[in-house]
Amino acid sequence: MSTLSFAVRDSSTMLRRNLLHMRRYPSMTLLLIGVPVIVLLLFVYVFGGTLGAGLGPTGDRADYANYVTPGILLITVVSAAQGTAISVAMDMTEGIIARFRTMAIFRPSVLTGHVLGSLIQTMLSLAAVTAVALLVGFRPTANLVEWLAAGGVLAMITFALTWLSVALGLVSDSVETASNLPMPLILLPFLGSGFVPTDSMPTPVRLFADYQPFTPVMETLRGLLLGTGIGANGIIAVAWCAVISVACFLWAKALYNRNRAA
Amino acid sequence: MISSTNPAIVATGLRKSYGDKVVLDGIDLMITEGTIFALLGPNGAGKTTTVQILSTLINADGGSARVFGNDLTRAPDAVRRLIGVTGQFSAVDNLLTGRENLNLMADLCHLDRAAGRRRIAELLDQFDLTEAAGKPVSTYSGGMRRRLDLAMTLVGEPRVIFLDEPTTGLDPRSRRAMWHIIRALAAEGVTILLTTQYLEEADQLADRIAFLDHGRLIAEGTPRELKRLIPGGHVVLQFADQEGLDLAAGTFEAATRDDAALTLQVPSDGGVGSLRSLLDQLERASISVAGLSVHTPDLDDVFLTLTGQPDTRAGRPDHERAPAR
Repeated sequence: MSTLSFAVRDSSTMLRRNLLHMRRYPSMTLLLIGVPVIVLLLFVYVFGGTLGAGLGPTGDRADYANYVTPGILLITVVSAAQGTAISVAMDMTEGIIARFRTMAIFRPSVLTGHVLGSLIQTMLSLAAVTAVALLVGFRPTANLVEWLAAGGVLAMITFALTWLSVALGLVSDSVETASNLPMPLILLPFLGSGFVPTDSMPTPVRLFADYQPFTPVMETLRGLLLGTGIGANGIIAVAWCAVISVACFLWAKALYNRNRAA
Repeated sequence: MISSTNPAIVATGLRKSYGDKVVLDGIDLMITEGTIFALLGPNGAGKTTTVQILSTLINADGGSARVFGNDLTRAPDAVRRLIGVTGQFSAVDNLLTGRENLNLMADLCHLDRAAGRRRIAELLDQFDLTEAAGKPVSTYSGGMRRRLDLAMTLVGEPRVIFLDEPTTGLDPRSRRAMWHIIRALAAEGVTILLTTQYLEEADQLADRIAFLDHGRLIAEGTPRELKRLIPGGHVVLQFADQEGLDLAAGTFEAATRDDAALTLQVPSDGGVGSLRSLLDQLERASISVAGLSVHTPDLDDVFLTLTGQPDTRAGRPDHERAPAR
């Protein structure tokens, strides 16, 4: 067999292992869906009236549910990424990783298994959170193609953040550290266009908000799902996702290959 | 049992340090195919590091090693295809069942479905795990985990197996069961490198033994050769009073006396004949003896003689060590 077919076969074996883990411990997945759902309910039913009024002269709670949903979807992705970092760090404390390293298998397959597993888990979480958003008043105008494109954008940012969290899980020396390291990511939708338009922010914050990677992703999603303008945000979002994916893949690979025995 | 003299593992001058701490200070090994080779030493002697290097888990700082002619650093995947490793810390997936763990190995060894299933059924049966196969490993006992661990190592039918302290922490019955399995593997022609801190285990299992101390090999040979390295055995006579000790010391001139303990150590091979003549001599001299013990040389003596110090670390279970990561 060629290297490529070994890579595919070993990665799919490891993916099966990760999916089995998720099936056996569904509480982790539920917990990861819980965070964005709570934030969604909080922002629609507690802050939604006031924040909706800030969106424009006719703005109300229903408009805010539409506005906030793309931000909530990114909170979902970040929450799942935290779960990935934890499960990678937990895996690294297990003796079985040493066994994998002494086998003639496609070496990064342990990591690709985690990434593909997390990608599936996150897409399912996103579907669940979108369903809750629809229940609380999210009214997208997207056609099928736009839905698919939005799914693609979410898959890209998930893929990028999953590689980041795999690297964070590897760089952590304990499961606790792995759980804390991705925490700041959850602030990024807030420090961007996720919850309020950036032009309402003071200049230094607004500059950060406009140029950080989450904002173009959220603007692209908003454009696809609600028909607002996308402009250059689509290209910028794709570029950010590609850069984060490649950089974090290389970082994770280097971390996995270093000698950890001591 | 030794059907060939083909070297399975050849290592020369292996060195490894972590920071200032030298863990391996130039190790040479030659392990013949189909034999059991024991690496014996106290905690921190470098046993686990040696296994980690030879099993391609970590790189040595210096020296080289080959497994069936494949260089560890130049052809690690060729080496990995030939070896199986069962480490000190169980290398099983706790969230999966026993059968799922074995399935995982069959897939990673790229066995086809039918061959994999056959091999797994065989191993479950051989390791007495058929009944527990459907239960999650987290519910297994220590002995069962260790057996599953070894079964996973064997899925790919490796020609060389590394066993890092395979019986540490096992109860005596599980230990005997593990010895039985190890002997059976060697009888099939598998080459085994095992590390242990139990001298008895090395004596029981190994064709050749190497003593490792502070990252150096201080002796190597068959158990018999190693025992020959040290002075012979002796009989210890225990006396009730000083008088008896004095009398006996006069009778046995080659003996060494210990006045504080009221004992006399008489050189002897420990055989029945020499014991009888010893007792006869005591009888003739009318010396009354309170107690007597026969001491034949064992590997403990060898180790103590070679290291020149009573090693208090040997034989202590090492629960306190952190898992290798």
